[in-house]
This record gives sequence, C-alpha cells and structure tokens, in this order.
Amino acid sequence: MNSSSFVIVHLAEIASATLEHIVLVGISLAIAILIGLPTGMLIVRHPRLRGIALGFANIVQTIPSLALFGFLIPIPFLGGIGRRTAIVALVVYALLPILRNTFVGLTGIDPAVLEAAEAMGMTETQILWRVRLPLALSVIMAGIRTATVITIGVATIAAAIGAGGLGTFIFRGVAMVSDSVILAGAIPAALLALVADGALALIERRLRLT
Amino acid sequence: MNAKIPPIPQITLEFQKVEYWPRTTPDRKILSDIRLAIPKGETLVLLGRSGSGKTTLLKLANRLLQPKAGVIIVDGRSTVEWDPIQLRRRIGYVIQEAGLFPHYTVAENVGIVPRLERWDAKRRSERVKEMLQLVGLDPRDFAARRPRELSGGQRQRVGVARALAADPPILLMDEPFGALDPVTRAELQREFASLAQRLQKTIIFVTHDLREALLLGTRIVLLKSGRIVADATPQEFVKLEHPEAKAFVASLEAPQAQAIS
Repeated sequence: MNSSSFVIVHLAEIASATLEHIVLVGISLAIAILIGLPTGMLIVRHPRLRGIALGFANIVQTIPSLALFGFLIPIPFLGGIGRRTAIVALVVYALLPILRNTFVGLTGIDPAVLEAAEAMGMTETQILWRVRLPLALSVIMAGIRTATVITIGVATIAAAIGAGGLGTFIFRGVAMVSDSVILAGAIPAALLALVADGALALIERRLRLT
Repeated sequence: MNAKIPPIPQITLEFQKVEYWPRTTPDRKILSDIRLAIPKGETLVLLGRSGSGKTTLLKLANRLLQPKAGVIIVDGRSTVEWDPIQLRRRIGYVIQEAGLFPHYTVAENVGIVPRLERWDAKRRSERVKEMLQLVGLDPRDFAARRPRELSGGQRQRVGVARALAADPPILLMDEPFGALDPVTRAELQREFASLAQRLQKTIIFVTHDLREALLLGTRIVLLKSGRIVADATPQEFVKLEHPEAKAFVASLEAPQAQAIS
C-alpha cells in the first residue's frame, strides 16, 4: 500500500489521532502555564526560590523524554500507563521555557523605568502588575511558543506509554517497518508544530511594544 | 491641590549628619557628614563630578535609599517614619532619559500618580491637559502618543509633566537634561528656569554642568567624594577659592563664564 492510499483509507483515524494530540498538548501547556507563570512571578521577589525552581526545571529538561516516560510509570498518582502520565511528563518539559522566559522577561526591564515606577510611589505589587508584566508579555509569549513546539514533538513519544495521539502511527510504523505509516503520524505532527509556531509568533509580535 | 497634604513648614527638607555606604563595601563611604537644610521654594543644585555622591543624596530624599547614619527630615518627619509610598507620591522625580513607561501613552504616563492617588477620571484628564500645556506640548497632538514616538526633548518634557502631575511640594531632578543635544538642552533649561520660578516648588537638581547650575539654581552645593565642599549662591560660587569650585569654574569657557556671572 502506498502512502497516499494509506492516508485516504485511514483519514478518519489520522484526524482523530491529530485531535487527540492537540488535546494532549493543550492540556499539558495549560497546566504548564498555570504553574510556570505564577512561579516565574514569585521568583522575581524571592531569590532563594529562584535557584531551586530554575534548577529543577533545568535538570528535568536534560532527562531524555523516553526515559522520563519510563521513570514515571511506576510512580503512584502521577504515573502509570496512559494519558495522565504523559501529561505529567509534558508539563514538566514545557515548564522550563515558560518559567525561564517569565523570569527573564520580568527582570529584563529597563532599570530607569523600574526606578521611575518606584519613585512615583508604586507598591511592589503595582510595579509587578502594571509595569513588569505588561512589558514582559512578548518575552513570556516567546517562552510559551518554544514550549508549544517542544510539547508537540515530545507528545509523539507519549504514545509509547499508551497516551494516544499522532505518535501511535509512528510507533506502529516502526513496528511494521512501514514508512507510510510513520509519515502518517510524523507529517501531521510537523505541520501542527509549524502552524502553532507561526500563529504564536504573530501574537508575540503584536505584544512587543518597544 | 490634594486635601490630604498637610501645611508645609518653612524648612522642607533637611539632612542631618547623613552618612551612606554600600552594604557590600562599608569601608567605602559614598556620603559623609551631609548637613543641609533646604527652605521651601528653593532650587538647590547639587553639583559634582561623576561618583561624587549626588545621585545617592537625591535618592535618600525619597527613600529609594535609606541612610546608614543620620536623619533626613521631609516636612517635619524623618523619612524612615514616612510610609515610603506616601512620601514618594508627594515628591516628583525626574531622571535622565525620563524613564517613561513605554507601554503607556503620554497621557497615561502623566496621569500615573493621580491615578495611583485615585483621582476621578475627569479631574485626571483635565490635570493631564494642564500639565502638558505647562511643559509646552499640545495635548491634542501628544496625549495619545507613546514614548517611542517622541523625540528626546519631548520625552523629557513628559517626564517633567509626570513629576508635577499630583502637585508635589518637592521635586527631585537627576540630570534631567543630560542626554539631550545642546540646542534642545538649552531650550529646556531656559523654559524650566522660568517654570521653576512660577511654581515655587522646593527643588533639588543634580548636575555636573556648572553652566546649568548657574542658570537654574538659587543655591549651589558642591560635592566632592561624598562631602559638601561648598554651599553658595550662584553669584558667590564663581568667586569661591576652594580648588574643586575653581576646577568647575575653569571648566566653563572664559567668555561664557563672564556672560553668566
């Protein structure tokens, strides 16, 4: 069977795997943003937490993704076989770019602007919400964009622990020694990453002010 | 303007034996034995070379820094007794390059302290218009612009308008015209000199430019290595015998020095 006929026959299956993939990535990113953004804001004011948080995110990032999925399987509550484990691993991967860019964005602001804000009589909280955050948005968005592209790629491996998604085709294709089956998973995954990257780049540019 | 501000005593700002040194290098004093009483309505120019401690002295006044020894009294109360937020909202602050908020329009920048002080929108927008006119910017043309759409001189004007918006009795200015081209600088200096006379604010103005000090100051305090080495009116200053004062006078080109004195 050649590639095009495989795609036609399995179109519905590819579509549902793509949807599964998007849901997996979406949930993981949402959780990563919910954790990464507030943590990034917190470590601006707490230098001691800074090393711990950034260090943790950094170390996790160095673990090969397949190994991380493997490590998680025997862990109770977080691990096991299936989507939950995959989401835990994907969140952990997406965390570093979001956390780091949030921190870098919030701290990389023109010191004259921050000094002016303080001298105007803004409280620390007002400086964070009214000055730092709006000025950091494009940098934070760049972090979310990196995280999105990484997550779409890593999520294909999540099929190895039964999380579904486009990786299913890739693993099946490897087992069947069939390029067309591999490509049926790989091409939609690559397209997904490209589209997400382009769309988020657009948003990022809109948010850049200076 | 603001009902919460109590009446102002004659001495607005006073430094009593103030010392300052960085936490990391306590043996390197930035300011030593600073004694200074600034009456209401005075424009005091702090003159000195880079690193003489001028900016540090300024930042002690609105408690961006706290003295390691001595006391700073603002309106009869030590800066450490003041709530720093309340203190800063009644002290205008203008810095080099203005430090405008790039994500705010000109109107939002000027209106920031009134907004923090919860003025209602109508009063705020009237005040913003008034302030822009005061610094020579047409509100219809400039209110909606962002700082990046302004020239250096216009940005500095907005910086002054922002500092004056909540009608603070005290104004701190740290080389506000330092980054401007000479022509624009001269223009802004002249305008500010007349503005300062009309407003009757207590102003501390930091500069390393004696010409600017002579033009704007009602009193010139010279700092060297963190100590006050001279304290004089502009007329007296050019005749001082202290070597640092002489060095500054010598830095003026002779014909201009004569023209000013």
